[in-house]
Amino acid sequence: MSSRRSRSRQSGSSRITDDQIRDLVTKLQQLLPEIRERRPDKESAARVLQETCNYIRNLHREVDDLSERLSELLTTTDTAQAAIIRNLLMQ
Amino acid sequence: MASVISNPVGNMNSDRIKRKKKRKSLIKESQQNQSQNWKSEAQQQIYSSKLIQALSQVSLNSPSPSAPRGGRAVREAADRVLAVAAKGRTRWSRAILTSRIKLKFRKRKRARASPAVTAALVTGSNRAKKSRVSILRLKSKSLPAVQRKVKVLGGLVPGCRKQPLPVILEEATDYIAALEMQVRAMSALAELLSGGSAGSSSSAPPPSS
Repeated sequence: MSSRRSRSRQSGSSRITDDQIRDLVTKLQQLLPEIRERRPDKESAARVLQETCNYIRNLHREVDDLSERLSELLTTTDTAQAAIIRNLLMQ
Repeated sequence: MASVISNPVGNMNSDRIKRKKKRKSLIKESQQNQSQNWKSEAQQQIYSSKLIQALSQVSLNSPSPSAPRGGRAVREAADRVLAVAAKGRTRWSRAILTSRIKLKFRKRKRARASPAVTAALVTGSNRAKKSRVSILRLKSKSLPAVQRKVKVLGGLVPGCRKQPLPVILEEATDYIAALEMQVRAMSALAELLSGGSAGSSSSAPPPSS
């Protein structure tokens, strides 16, 4: 019991096992479109983290572009709200 | 005498094992129920309708949008609705909802400074020699390359700047799925607005009386 406590204090984590970390990294890798197909153990952790950062940045940029486009569409078309409501009611 | 004592102990053990198994299966179930399914059609429709409500309240038609330009206001509304859709179960969603209140009183300069810092960190790590680190080595968590990337990732996911590695990884998986849904919903909405207003009347089936 005391050895487990000292080990957790060393690593600084709250009793999270390394297997759990490995599972999380694998799960993360499954989400990334770039390196989804490769064997999970073949990818280095640094690569997965790098791809994750890039992917999140790409998604942020896409959301920004879509926001710009939406703001333009909403301001230019006055009948936009009517069109939205109509389309929503018909679905 | 010995048999009388040993029997209750034996029963307790089997009961404890049964209870443990039940608890483990319950925990697994609750874990599955907790994480949202960001890929479901229903979730996307819920988000889309909430987004439309929020956007109709955003005053885009004001003569002079002061601090938030139109696009920025839409982005903030979209993020806020996304955080609401997460039902506050994740750290990033709670951080988004609370940061809006903080930013109103804090100066904007601090928010503008952080992207520059993260950009410098990324370029530095790219130029350094990439050492092949297997996932097994991740447990050391002391390698500078991995440390830097973890910090960058923590900066990208809202509310995870000072969190330990497993928390960041878990938040990132949920955040990525949520962002993908946000992109899907917003692009569908943009398609609706740009192409739908022209052809909606023709595509609508006439109600048969």
